[in-house]
Amino acid sequence: MSLSIQNLTASIGDQPILKGLNLEIPKGEVHAIMGKNGSGKSTLAKVMAGHPDYTVTGGDVLLDGESLFTLEEPDQRARAGLFLAFQYPMEIPGVTIANFIRAAVQARLPEGEELEATDYYANLYAKMDALKIARTFTSRSVNEGFSGGEKKRCEILQMAMLEPKYCVLDETDSGLDIDALKIVSEGVNAMRSPDRGFLVITHYQRLLDYIVPDKVHVMVDGRIVMTGDKDLALELEAKGYDWVTEDQLATA
Amino acid sequence: MSAPVEETEKPNIDIDRSVGDFRYDVDYAYDAGVGLTEATIDYICDVKQDPEWVREFRKDGYRKFLEKPMPTHWASHDLDNIVFENIRYYLSQGVTPSRTWDDVPEEMKQTFERLGIPEQERKFLAGVEAQFDSEAAYSNIKAAVGEQGVIFVGSTEGLHKHPEIFRKWFGKVIPSSDNKFSALNSAVFSGGSFIYVPPGVKVKHPLQAYFRINAQNFGQFERTLIIADEGSEVMYMEGCTAPKFETATLHSAVVELVALKGAKIQYVTVQNWSPNVFNLVTKRGLAHEDAEIKWIDCNIGSRLTMKYPGVIMKGRRARGEVISIALASDGQHQDTGAKMIHAADDTTSNVVSKSISIGTGIATYRGLVDIPPHRKGCKNNTECDALLINSHSRTDTYPAIVTRGNQNACQHEASVSKVNAEQIFYMQQRGLSEGEAMSLAVNGFVNDLVREFPMEYSVELKRLIDLEMEGSVG
Repeated sequence: MSLSIQNLTASIGDQPILKGLNLEIPKGEVHAIMGKNGSGKSTLAKVMAGHPDYTVTGGDVLLDGESLFTLEEPDQRARAGLFLAFQYPMEIPGVTIANFIRAAVQARLPEGEELEATDYYANLYAKMDALKIARTFTSRSVNEGFSGGEKKRCEILQMAMLEPKYCVLDETDSGLDIDALKIVSEGVNAMRSPDRGFLVITHYQRLLDYIVPDKVHVMVDGRIVMTGDKDLALELEAKGYDWVTEDQLATA
Repeated sequence: MSAPVEETEKPNIDIDRSVGDFRYDVDYAYDAGVGLTEATIDYICDVKQDPEWVREFRKDGYRKFLEKPMPTHWASHDLDNIVFENIRYYLSQGVTPSRTWDDVPEEMKQTFERLGIPEQERKFLAGVEAQFDSEAAYSNIKAAVGEQGVIFVGSTEGLHKHPEIFRKWFGKVIPSSDNKFSALNSAVFSGGSFIYVPPGVKVKHPLQAYFRINAQNFGQFERTLIIADEGSEVMYMEGCTAPKFETATLHSAVVELVALKGAKIQYVTVQNWSPNVFNLVTKRGLAHEDAEIKWIDCNIGSRLTMKYPGVIMKGRRARGEVISIALASDGQHQDTGAKMIHAADDTTSNVVSKSISIGTGIATYRGLVDIPPHRKGCKNNTECDALLINSHSRTDTYPAIVTRGNQNACQHEASVSKVNAEQIFYMQQRGLSEGEAMSLAVNGFVNDLVREFPMEYSVELKRLIDLEMEGSVG
């Protein structure tokens, strides 16, 4: 059981971004992808989630053995168990967090089954408390007027409520101060389980002090060029990405 | 008595036959036939046993209707497609469409199902039953408010039984000559409500036209007059969110409100017309000193709706407000807005309008705010926001703010937004289908205004938007 990315190529318009990417994230593990801006990290996240701007030109992504690309709509992939925590979460004016998450939870129930409101709120409040999100946030519009940290905590709250099989976190650490970073990391760590896999996209090692990965991959120009354990992140931090590029070119 | 239109001229009922087959058992005694002549007006007067002054009022309205040009120099040319000769101007009780539940289109049945409309009402709304048994509900409301001295009757009963109040205000807020359609309404009006609230009485229950009108027959040319005497308060609600199966293509109502010193009137409308209807309505209120008139208006459906509720603030410190939501689906045109006339000092008006255009739907906002030069201390706030669903949807805004003095404050804000693809992707990533995501975005857009509607309406409105949005994608 894994999220298996096999020789994936994808482009935006005529511009190829992913150029044969291979990665296997078994359930129960946390993998990190590090790389410079423009290396294609966020594209990978969006392509898997089914963003309409990208075209998959080759390869496959298997979620527990089933091809994600047979599911055309982003919502089908989401309901199959893929969650993406956005780098820039969208504002939805007039839609409260409570109603938004409720609609998302409801969308996962079988036809004709209604969500039990009291259970839902009990669950929501418990998860909000854990993420130190004030309960008054339930009646605020999704992401509207939120600080960077509030938006990211709200992403983790949604992730916790939807209980996905595989979570992709796209630069969740950007825009977070150290306190928010700790809270968000605790939220993610609390969700680590043998039944769930994580792909953490970041370009700073700092996040990985808190969410300790099983594997670290380095991405350059649409491909994974290096894989190691958590110490690879420290090495990258010390030597910089140019070291990888040179190293990669030297061994290529 | 003049003879009504000949039997042989009758069969052209102008209806949209694509939505179902209509057959009428026409009872001659209750049907004015098609077309409009002075004879038609005499016929209506005779059937309704109108007093002489009403007959004169109608005939005067008819003359003005003929004189007035169609307002196509500023409004939609679609108005030219109304064929006045094909319209049936008076159709009373006793006419039962011989249509069965099996004839009702499947799509419509599903809409009733999804909106949760009770069984009994479905049949009425679908045109299977001409009458909906709501007499009991109406009687209860009438009895409850009757104890407070409130008069809540049909306009015909109002002019017969309470001429001393009725006549004083009837046609005074909106003269027949106001526009071509107010003139037409003056000529052929039937149905609508007459309400009088005595001084100081605060009516606890909202008065619902839904019950009263259904207890008779839906009128195409309703005429409503509401008078709130000094210091009184009343809320009136008309319409429902369910699609009403229309046999008549022209609806032209006139609604006049009079709020005397310190009185408050709230008038709530939720209408969902079938897409063959021209809905051309004139609504205006007269607010005396310290009085407040608030129009809360939701327009869905129809082929063309033209409606600009207004408030004339006649006394000092009077307040006027229009809150409106318009939803224009494929092929529909919602031309709506507000008129605020500041005819006294220290008067305040507020206009908040939100429109949604789907597909080829067009939403137009027209506003008029008038503050003459010698006024002082007047304030107006106008906000109009438009949401476009598809790239070919359209919205237009024509705000006219005429303020000639320098001792008044006006504020106008307008915005146009489009449902953004990134927003939809974000919501889909959480597991919502594209249609669900759209409807959530639209509901969010109107959310702050929907809260102004009474509870049962706001729930229905949300469901209705869900239904409309489901059809807009894919």
